[in-house]
Amino acid sequence: MRQFIVLLQKELIKIRRDSFLPKLILSFPILIMLISPMLATMDVRNVNVAVVDLDHSTTSHRIISHIKASEYLSLVGATSEFDLAMERLEEGRVDVIVQIPDHFERDMGVSTPEKISIIANAVNATKGTMGTQYVIQTIAHALVEVRNEKNPNQMSELVTVQNRFNPTLNYRHYMIPALMIIIFILVCGFLPALSIVEEKEVGTIEQMNVSPVSRFTFTLSKLIPYWAIGIFVLIAAMMIAHLVYGLLPAGSFWVILLGTVLFILTISGFSLTAANFSDTMQQIMFILFFFIMIFILMSGLLTPIDSMPDWAQTFTLLLPPRYFVDILRSVYLKGTTLSELWQDFVALGSFSVLFNILAAVTYKKQA
Amino acid sequence: MNVIEVNGLSKSYGKVKALDSVSFSVKRGELFGLIGPDGAGKTTLFRLLTTLINPNEGSATIEGLDISKDYRQIRPLLGYMPGRFSLYPDLTVEENLNFFASIFGVRVKDSYDLIAPIYQQIEPFRKRQAGKLSGGMKQKLALSCALIHNPSVLFLDEPTTGIDAVSRSELWDMLKNLKEKGITILVSTPYMDEASLCERIALCNEGRILGIDTPKGIIKQFKSRLYAISADNMYSLLEAARQVEGVVECYPFGQMHHLIADATFDTRSFMDQLESLTNLTIESAKPTIEDVFINLMKQ
Repeated sequence: MRQFIVLLQKELIKIRRDSFLPKLILSFPILIMLISPMLATMDVRNVNVAVVDLDHSTTSHRIISHIKASEYLSLVGATSEFDLAMERLEEGRVDVIVQIPDHFERDMGVSTPEKISIIANAVNATKGTMGTQYVIQTIAHALVEVRNEKNPNQMSELVTVQNRFNPTLNYRHYMIPALMIIIFILVCGFLPALSIVEEKEVGTIEQMNVSPVSRFTFTLSKLIPYWAIGIFVLIAAMMIAHLVYGLLPAGSFWVILLGTVLFILTISGFSLTAANFSDTMQQIMFILFFFIMIFILMSGLLTPIDSMPDWAQTFTLLLPPRYFVDILRSVYLKGTTLSELWQDFVALGSFSVLFNILAAVTYKKQA
Repeated sequence: MNVIEVNGLSKSYGKVKALDSVSFSVKRGELFGLIGPDGAGKTTLFRLLTTLINPNEGSATIEGLDISKDYRQIRPLLGYMPGRFSLYPDLTVEENLNFFASIFGVRVKDSYDLIAPIYQQIEPFRKRQAGKLSGGMKQKLALSCALIHNPSVLFLDEPTTGIDAVSRSELWDMLKNLKEKGITILVSTPYMDEASLCERIALCNEGRILGIDTPKGIIKQFKSRLYAISADNMYSLLEAARQVEGVVECYPFGQMHHLIADATFDTRSFMDQLESLTNLTIESAKPTIEDVFINLMKQ
């Protein structure tokens, strides 16, 4: 026991005396939580719209003023020459062109008019589709308004949309749980692995290996500080989510805590296993980086698993972060309870046992 | 009884045979030196004996315990100072010492008498981080930490490499003191001049042991004739001397060249053949361990 306490003390002294690590541990979660949600947003703003108005009617003017008024769209010019607008689109100064055909207003009252055409630059697929959607909505609004003024009795809205759990379709609320997971992967995955490989590089691990310290004690003394840091990071990240983005978990904090503990155990066990197979910092960095890329891209952190091809969906079952993503998002946004998520918890629990056994077995005191 | 007993120990890394059936034994309280150039397999031997790696063939025992099977019992018995400084650089001198004591389940004051002569020299710097000590002080701290649990065998892998001459001689004095306290010491060094400071030495090269004896005994094994030669142009002399009949080996040795000769060698005909060189001298020389080493390597 005394052995274990001094090993733990040694780890804490090392973290404290390190000129870089404590600052990183403190600032990393704060920076990621503060900055990333602002950048990693799927909301498209500042869509540049050019209107080619061939109609010059009240309706077309109404459409233009609606576009002007939209907070997502900005009108960069109304011309009557399509070629000029197209040229600007090619230059990249215009994202979407709206062409209102001649006699649009007149025909609207009588029969089916020639259609308004929308041409979008879809190099940036998100901006293309989202921008088009915004433009369609804005035009529809303008037309409904015009129609209502003419025939006030007509039924205007036929469809209503309600977004449950994230009523304002705020992409940040979807992203914040994912960002927390990325922080856990980096703090509780990278750091203990680097710390073990550092001992290999410096040679201190040899002194440990010729001592009577068991590999279990040694490994545990490496992990406990980072587990504690992981819990601290969770609380810090949740506070930032609440104070800055007004996001409070809809479900129980204890369910989140349980999930976090299991995930931290899993990811640290995983990284220790990787550390056992690396002798240098470069090796461990590349190994971890490879897996972390897969975790981030394939665990449903950024893109939903449901929209992946079938083989990829099957593959994600092997990725521990996938289950934690599900837990954290469900509890945070939907308020799902422990009993509804039992499958995720069982999977995460099994992974944590598996990886930690693997880490203990592959750590060789003798080669 | 022998504290260390090594029988036909071999270790390969892939195709490279780092150690090729090495056998020797070290008696209790002996200061035993492994002398050999870099790549002789000294460090591999240390790593085998300190139970860090397992041998491919052969066996070895420490205090009668097998290095492969009984490694758990062996570890508390040995103190190991690797060739590279491997204490925690972020921890202070004092913290390192306390740390290693606790790891072995002892208290610093229990074995303070043993380490006092060494530790007192670095005690004024006990609040300094180990990584910021000078080379010689690092060695003293490493030695203190290796001794803190009062081991019966001490393994020192090239303890004098990379430290200054004063620290080197201090270190050898410390080793002699430890030996007198009954600790068996196995030390390796690439410096031939340090061989005479050991009680017995093993000369090793390319994974094999060339000879084991006391330093004096090793020198007595040198049966060939040895000469020291010099001339104004030392480099031409070296080239020319190697061509003369009866010369086994000729190599620079300090300000002279040493020349190992066989029975057919004749000094007069040697002088005649090299008369073009100015100020040519030849005199017989007393062999040193380095001469023995070169001679053994040649055979």
